[in-house]
Amino acid sequence: MSITEILFWVLSVLALVSAIMVVASKNPVHSILFLIVVFFTISGHYILLNAQFLAIVNIIVYAGAIMVLFLFVVMLMNLNAESEPKKNRLLQFAGLISGGCLFLVLISAIAKSTTANNVMQLGSGNSGLIKNLGMVLFNDYVIPFEISSVLFLSAMIGAVVIGKKEKAAQDGN
Amino acid sequence: MEIKWYIGLAVALFCTGIVGVLTRRNSIIIFMCIELMLNSVNLLLVAFSKMHAASPIAQSMPNVVSDAQIFVFFIMVVAAAEVSVGLAIIVMMYRNIHSVDINFLNRLKN
Repeated sequence: MSITEILFWVLSVLALVSAIMVVASKNPVHSILFLIVVFFTISGHYILLNAQFLAIVNIIVYAGAIMVLFLFVVMLMNLNAESEPKKNRLLQFAGLISGGCLFLVLISAIAKSTTANNVMQLGSGNSGLIKNLGMVLFNDYVIPFEISSVLFLSAMIGAVVIGKKEKAAQDGN
Repeated sequence: MEIKWYIGLAVALFCTGIVGVLTRRNSIIIFMCIELMLNSVNLLLVAFSKMHAASPIAQSMPNVVSDAQIFVFFIMVVAAAEVSVGLAIIVMMYRNIHSVDINFLNRLKN
């Protein structure tokens, strides 16, 4: 077993355990911290696949920005394990069973395919490096890149409009 | 290493997200599970791009790996915009009904 495979298995087990803890833990703050662990392990997978640019963007955007936003919202709302909504045991069981069924169907469908045995290129190849991705992004995909800035502007305006106090909105109308 | 291990990991993460969406009642946790599903799909896209890098397709189409990773980059861009709007909606909902329980959200009005 090579070092790459050992790293793959360690990162996969860590990602799966943390993902299950995200769903299972009662305290929302613990869920968020476990989700940050999942994002770091997925970044580790990107590094294993030699996609350094995506690894860095994943850490900066997801673990750095999005999860801090989640943490702020949870702390503003002062949620804890006691304020956890009441849940229906039967519905929980049904959800678990249907998720497990989907898992089994997908895995058994993939196990039959011949594509599943294709070998991947691990730890080599330079198409995932920042230089190559930057050339592609600013040559072939420059228009979608600029349009995404408009998307961000509209998302920002939308978040401000939605988050405004109700009274201020009524005064504005 | 074969692609099937990465497919298995991504499917397991995705199904964990689905179970979370179906079983939890807290809307913030449901939103986090959706983020988990998005990330598993991103991981699968990158894994498939590296599978094509090792196949003969890469010789005839040199940009095939970079295109897939740019696609993942744009998914992250859209996810960031989506999270900001979604959290604003959750905060507004909390301000109106003082709860994040989705059982109280069965009506759109009031």
